[in-house]
Amino acid sequence: MNPLIQASHMRKSFGDLVAVDDVSLFVQAGEIYGLVGADGAGKTTTVRLLVGALKADAGEVNICGYDINRQTEAARSQFGYLSQRFSMYEDLTVLENIRFFAEVRGLGPDEWLPRSLEILEFVGLSDFKDRRAGQLSGGMKQKLGLASALVARPRVLLLDEPTTGVDPVTRQDFWQLVIKLVSPSATLALSGTSGASADEAGVSVIISTPYMDEASRCHRVGFMKAGRIIAEDTPSNLRARLNGRVLELRGSPIGLLRHVAHKDEDVEDVQAFGDRLHIRVREKKAQDVLSRLKSQIGGEGGQVDELRSVPPVLEDVFIALSESNHE
Amino acid sequence: MNSRLTSIIRKEFIQIFRDMRTLVMILVIPIMQLFLLGYSATSDVRNIPLAVLDRSRSHESRALLDSYRAADYFRIAYMVTSESEIDALISAGDARAAIIIPPDYARRLNDGDAQVAFIVDGSDPTSASTALSAAQLISQSHATGILSRRLESSGLNLQVRPPVEARTTVWYNPDMISAHFMIPGVIGMILYAIAAILTATSIVREREHGTIEQLIVTPIRPWELIVGKLTPYVILGFFNTIEVLAVGHWWFGMPIRGDLGLILILSIVFLVTGLGIGLFASTIANTQQEAMLTVWMTLLPSIFLSGFFFPLEAMPRFLQWLSYLMPLRYYLVIIRALLLKGVGLEMIRTDVLAMTLFAVGIMTAAALRFRKRLD
Repeated sequence: MNPLIQASHMRKSFGDLVAVDDVSLFVQAGEIYGLVGADGAGKTTTVRLLVGALKADAGEVNICGYDINRQTEAARSQFGYLSQRFSMYEDLTVLENIRFFAEVRGLGPDEWLPRSLEILEFVGLSDFKDRRAGQLSGGMKQKLGLASALVARPRVLLLDEPTTGVDPVTRQDFWQLVIKLVSPSATLALSGTSGASADEAGVSVIISTPYMDEASRCHRVGFMKAGRIIAEDTPSNLRARLNGRVLELRGSPIGLLRHVAHKDEDVEDVQAFGDRLHIRVREKKAQDVLSRLKSQIGGEGGQVDELRSVPPVLEDVFIALSESNHE
Repeated sequence: MNSRLTSIIRKEFIQIFRDMRTLVMILVIPIMQLFLLGYSATSDVRNIPLAVLDRSRSHESRALLDSYRAADYFRIAYMVTSESEIDALISAGDARAAIIIPPDYARRLNDGDAQVAFIVDGSDPTSASTALSAAQLISQSHATGILSRRLESSGLNLQVRPPVEARTTVWYNPDMISAHFMIPGVIGMILYAIAAILTATSIVREREHGTIEQLIVTPIRPWELIVGKLTPYVILGFFNTIEVLAVGHWWFGMPIRGDLGLILILSIVFLVTGLGIGLFASTIANTQQEAMLTVWMTLLPSIFLSGFFFPLEAMPRFLQWLSYLMPLRYYLVIIRALLLKGVGLEMIRTDVLAMTLFAVGIMTAAALRFRKRLD
């Protein structure tokens, strides 16, 4: 089965700045693909190239078999898009916004109202349907954006940092909605009242996010740096890259612990995670560091409460990738 | 009808009716401009305040002043006793003209070489030239009156009459009321300014608020977006035209002599020019202020080089050539001819053709520049 999103060798420059440099992406039906990376890594530009809001200098983008540059309207009727910046009409009510995007995406006069109400129910905005969009809270605005993107039953959903600046509870809600969408049983959002199921295999989702907990919920993750995808894999495979190379250290004083750990020649990086430190060590050096670090800290007058090897989290992987120089 | 198109038009109307600023602009500004220009931009000079220094204080001097009173060009506002008072009144602008009748006026009138001094404040050339020619006219007719009476009383039964007389007839605007000349201009200016500014800001606002990004990625085709965005303003511009025509007709008494249907159709053709300018401005400007400014930059030369205020014939040749580039010029010729002269289409064919070409050209250029993309 062909991927619903196929992008190959996309390139985009703004003046001297190469924002997206030879990026290729393939996303299957039912798959959530996470695009992660630091601010300015090229995530937003990549998503904008995929939806055709920007024109790539080179490369091809294909959505559900339609070329975004040559069959623009056909391709665009296949996807829903939620931009990073709130882009609903603030002077229109929630329902008026949904209606507008339903109609311009081809829902007929008998279809838009039941479908709009259904999608508002799905995102939990039914009670606010007559409120002006400008008067919604940040989280509700994002849900309205999601509802507008979903109202025409797209097979592809592109979400550009949908949860940035949204409270944790709403983030959680938001992710539950996205997960429901891709599961094959998500008939509610997909088929609706028309009964004509768009795709029994679920939708494809691309979501860009700066949050690692969100990245770990994706089926696959692409890590962007300086306009390139420098690593792409499932979260567990990405984590496996650092298996056995992350030590967790608790003790006091934390400044001293950090200082001593840094001095060790086999330690690549030290990051504070709350009251503990994550120490990334060179390959196969974990045992060496484990055995000597405690005494070194003791020698400097510090105290170690706990020092052990821990399974890496995605954040460890991304910090390692961010610092790596391999292109 | 295309459902994408109707939903854009509906959305645009909802936004217009929810935005006070736009509503005021559409409903109030045309009428405000009409009243402002209908009353203020008038070159009809009446009731010029006149200061009088009558040193003669004779029966004859009073007769002269009566002649001035009889004509409604002047209003004798001040009777003064010294020249320095005249000086002060004219400097202060309280009097625009002054007349000084010398002490020997009555005596010299009998000798046949009486003179009076007439002083005009020339800082406003329009009223000064009116005052000057009016003063000459009044004095002359007064003199002719005296002469004929004198001849009569001397027993010579001659009919004194100037050998040549120009019998003037003013066509189309017989009372030469400036408002009748101005109102068609106001219609043109309003159609142009409102259409261009509203179109430009409504598109640029989408960019400012970020809503353009969502609009871009919908399957709306670029032409649907343009037509959908412009249609509400065509309808509103049409409404404005009728509004201004109605007020002009019933309040200012401006005649509507030509075919009303033709007037409305040609007004819409001209409206397209304004919409095109607005669309074009929206492709240049990033903020609503920039859009406004861009439109104003085209509006000012349009107003001054279209014959709105100043007759084109009086301009230097270079500016006259430039005026052919102003679409408003053609519309003003057309609308004045239709309203005041009541001519048919055949008399204004060339102007209609030129205006239509401009409308199509500007709209095409703007539409080609319009991109449904962020970059």
